[in-house]
Amino acid sequence: MGLFRRGNLSSILQRIFGKKHVKIGIYGPPNVGKTTLANRILRDWTGDIMGSVSEIPHETRRAKWKKDVRVENNGSSLLMDIVDTPGIATKVDFKDFMNTYGLSKDEAKRRAKEATEGVIESIRWLEEVDGVLLVMDSTEDPFTQVNVTILGNLEARNLPVLVAANKIDMENSSPATLKSAFPQHPVIPISALTGYNADNLYSTMVKHFSKRHRKRR
Amino acid sequence: MTKREDDGISVYLVSRQKLAELSPDEKLKFILKEVKKGKILVLEHGLTAIEQASLIENTMREIEQDTFIGVEMEGYGEDKSTFIQKILGIIKKPRMTLIGPADLLKTVKKDNHMIQTKIITGKGS
Repeated sequence: MGLFRRGNLSSILQRIFGKKHVKIGIYGPPNVGKTTLANRILRDWTGDIMGSVSEIPHETRRAKWKKDVRVENNGSSLLMDIVDTPGIATKVDFKDFMNTYGLSKDEAKRRAKEATEGVIESIRWLEEVDGVLLVMDSTEDPFTQVNVTILGNLEARNLPVLVAANKIDMENSSPATLKSAFPQHPVIPISALTGYNADNLYSTMVKHFSKRHRKRR
Repeated sequence: MTKREDDGISVYLVSRQKLAELSPDEKLKFILKEVKKGKILVLEHGLTAIEQASLIENTMREIEQDTFIGVEMEGYGEDKSTFIQKILGIIKKPRMTLIGPADLLKTVKKDNHMIQTKIITGKGS
């Protein structure tokens, strides 16, 4: 039995040179553009999309994933399973869906109930992912407790995180605020809607998520 | 600790000794039970990021659409241990955390140096 059987060799090479296949979770609060970004990535690299988007928060209420998405960067590439997770929130009030978005009471209550289940599912997925693309709205205050909690979790688990400062196509966006708020992580300004700066995001994803990390449970 | 009086709303400061004597599960149960009663708590030693995520998860299970819509929670991330502190085994404690029912406590502004919240009067216990 040789020392360098195919499995062993592949594992040794992976340990030396980094990962080639990772599971990446797209996380963030509701309505920051997680599914829009997932759709952008899939459309650019597979021609497919992940799911529907809406201005009503908690449109994604179950995690969705796409396996084997190969993202390339200057000759190197990374195979990713992309998981689009429901938005994480500390509160869900069905009356918001009625008063702000005009949903009927029954519809609002059903959406709220499903949204709470979605939040639980998102948090559960943190156990499964190898890295996180944390989407933030660059037109909003970044110091929300949800952002702080998600980042703290990822740091405690030693998971690599890349912050996507989304919505830079909006006039009042300020990706610089996000960069100064979270200097310990790479922050990439992007418009998931228009695709602006997507190439920069992809090259950073390949470089950042290929690195070896020892996950803590 | 806090309770609503006719002349205002009080805020409960929970000592680190009280929190230290509870297991992580007991701590989360205690916090959620008090917050569901309409209390606003200031935890002298707040929650770790992992505990915060568990609290959010538990909160989602406890939401009752007409009576409890969730929590408002504010605090700063844990300080990072320096290399020397890690070698010496000095563990940084979570920082102070403010937590209350989402229909009673609202965050107005938060930055690296200050957190501003407001209490919606007429609610709470």
